[in-house]
Amino acid sequence: MQAAEKIKPCFPLFRDDDYKGMISRKREKFEEAPAKDKVAETFAWTTTKEYQDLNFKREALTINPAKACQPLGSALCSLGFHKTLVYIHGSQGCIAYFRTYFNRHFKEPIAIIADSMTEDAAVFGGQKNIHEGLANAKALYGAEMIAMSTTCIAEVIGDDLNAFIGNARKEGHVPEDFPIPFAHTPSFVGSHVTGWDNMEEGILRYFTLNSMEGKEPGKNGKINLIPGFETYLGNFRVMKRYMKEMGVDYTMLSDPEEVLDTPADGEFRMYAGGTTQDEVKDAPNAHTTFLLQPLSLGKTQKFVETTWNHEVPKLHIPMGVEWTDEFLMKVSEVTGKPIPASIQLERGRLVDMMTDSHAWLHGKKMALFGDPDFTLGMAKVLMEFGIEPTHIVCNNGGKKWEKAMKKVLESSPYGASAKTYPGADLWHLRSLCFTDKPDYIIGSSYGKYIQRDTFHKGPEFEVPLIRIGFPIFDRHHLHRMTTLGYEGAMYILTTLTNTVLERLDDQTRGMGTTDYNHDLVR
Amino acid sequence: MAKLRQCAIYGKGGIGKSTTTQNLVSALAESGKKVMIVGCDPKADSTRLILHSKAQTSVMQLAAEAGSVEDLELEDVMNVGFGGVKCVESGGPEPGVGCAGRGVITAINFLEEEGAYDEELDFVFYDVLGDVVCGGFAMPIRENKAQEIYIVCSGEMMAMYAANNIAKGIVKYANSGGVRLAGLICNSRNTDREDELIMALADKLGTQMIHFVPRHNVVQHAEIRRMTVVEYDPTHAQADEYRALAQKIVDNKKFVIPTPIEMEALEELLMEFGIMEVEDTSIIGKTAAELAAAAAAA
Repeated sequence: MQAAEKIKPCFPLFRDDDYKGMISRKREKFEEAPAKDKVAETFAWTTTKEYQDLNFKREALTINPAKACQPLGSALCSLGFHKTLVYIHGSQGCIAYFRTYFNRHFKEPIAIIADSMTEDAAVFGGQKNIHEGLANAKALYGAEMIAMSTTCIAEVIGDDLNAFIGNARKEGHVPEDFPIPFAHTPSFVGSHVTGWDNMEEGILRYFTLNSMEGKEPGKNGKINLIPGFETYLGNFRVMKRYMKEMGVDYTMLSDPEEVLDTPADGEFRMYAGGTTQDEVKDAPNAHTTFLLQPLSLGKTQKFVETTWNHEVPKLHIPMGVEWTDEFLMKVSEVTGKPIPASIQLERGRLVDMMTDSHAWLHGKKMALFGDPDFTLGMAKVLMEFGIEPTHIVCNNGGKKWEKAMKKVLESSPYGASAKTYPGADLWHLRSLCFTDKPDYIIGSSYGKYIQRDTFHKGPEFEVPLIRIGFPIFDRHHLHRMTTLGYEGAMYILTTLTNTVLERLDDQTRGMGTTDYNHDLVR
Repeated sequence: MAKLRQCAIYGKGGIGKSTTTQNLVSALAESGKKVMIVGCDPKADSTRLILHSKAQTSVMQLAAEAGSVEDLELEDVMNVGFGGVKCVESGGPEPGVGCAGRGVITAINFLEEEGAYDEELDFVFYDVLGDVVCGGFAMPIRENKAQEIYIVCSGEMMAMYAANNIAKGIVKYANSGGVRLAGLICNSRNTDREDELIMALADKLGTQMIHFVPRHNVVQHAEIRRMTVVEYDPTHAQADEYRALAQKIVDNKKFVIPTPIEMEALEELLMEFGIMEVEDTSIIGKTAAELAAAAAAA
């Protein structure tokens, strides 16, 4: 029973006898649940190689996809622009999902508006919604730009944003010169990284396509940085710090660092920070544009190369030692600014940390899942640390990702036993964690179900989850950490090493049995 | 090279859009133009006369087999036929299921991303399903796509009715973008004063009848052999008709925002040409018995 003096939350409350009785009565009388031994037998079957073979023959079903849809990406991209209202043309439910997803990850209020398409909009087209939506949004929210993208409903019925926005201007719902960049982001094509890319291209296109006259690469002496679908706020900060320390003037093209980390000082900030319109307009004048997630920014890259005439450097995501080296050296080469002692010192510290922890990480086997560039960079980092990546799952990765990943894995002996699974989901990874057990999995919060299931088979089968990726709903503030650059590698190294050591402590706490290795010094 | 011209062909179902388009395109190809046809109809019969095939394997068919459009390459979906004409069919679901409009959007997006619109091309023709029933079938006339629309029609009432409806659709897009009505192509059904009638309709819509294609059996003879007339019997007078149409399209400068007419005005036009009889409003809603009684009383 719940008592007012000592309120119990659902755990441990539901472990009290009265609740346990109620739950088992419900199970017996109403749930028509299979017998417990049948459940156990089926569970055991799902852990076998036989089941895995069937599982990998699955065609029409995805279970725990480990990816989200395009408009989530377009929303994140738009949030990174100064005083920009994120406007998604679609029904309420979709947009509530995007807001909730980011709320849960960033623990911040997220301002995204919808134009509430309903049955009649699905029949007659969404033009009326866009006209009224733009007028209302413009009047209510004090934005200096509205970035529009779409959901499935608008895409299935073929709503034409360009025409609808043009008509809205002509009919006076929104002023002729009010900036409304847009992107078509059908949820059923690609993933959130595609949506980010589409929106970014839409914004760059809107502000520069017809005003290229007099612009040429190198004119403003800056470089552009395009982050891609980036959810680690520390990654924006570390890049800015590096540029500052190098004395390189830069433009971050989408910078949601502030709006996703606003202070609690009594003032609500619907907008904070972000890339300004003037910065976007001036971006073609930069020396060149660096893509921080090169595998996932194809459309933006094409635009930057063809319209801005930028020679986009062929680099990897700047994760780990070697790829951060390459990134910084390229920045140095393009701008003529040397890499300062402070960054060299940071690199040295990272290498020192890696040597310190190497004995504990060497030969550990880790499975990995997440977005294309993240998994690629992470595999590289793991191998630099002496860890062996094993199963690498990328639900939104295709042939291009697999090719890039295989090339990276072949570059180190630590990659020899790794396998790549483009398009696979977390139910596939679950099978792999039973039949070819890694020591850990690295990925988003959704990996916790694999940890629970493997633990259920027996403590010795448990594959603990290390939370690096997106989304992380069940741990706090990790989105403020850093995964890029030397600093990012330090965070990853610290996280991995201490998880390994904590695990070892767990296993060596047995009084008089395993505590011979319950060491004070590790 | 000259700028790529993208044209969309609309018109009532069964009016002969696909046949006219392919014959016209053959004539263009014969004169040395580089042309691509994009069939935007789930029936996927927009390229059979160029390719001498039953029906080309469509983008959506291939995508369904491969699992996703992302798994396709351009060469999988594009075939080259008579006169070097490049052919693509968007395809779509079987009747009664799914969404054919989305199929058109998907296919055209795919072509753009894969670089099908290369610099060599002079013309792209979109052969679009009967009526613009949903946003998907308006995809070919979105900004940066087809800027010229030709409506195939005949002197039959429903064909003209459809042409007027299509003009209404064009107005929506024309007001916000560059798409324009470029003319009516009269595909003759041998009705009375057909050319005059279509010219009158064109006049009311603010456009032109760009060409009157007479009816001739040789079109059928060629179709049975899955060929265009231009290829089957290049010396035939009918082939010259398509050549004339092609040349008129090449030279066409008359691109307008159409002025569609009200139903009443259309009916008046039809009455004027004797296609529709003047309505006797006194008989509406009267049963046979009532009419007989009225006749007896009179």
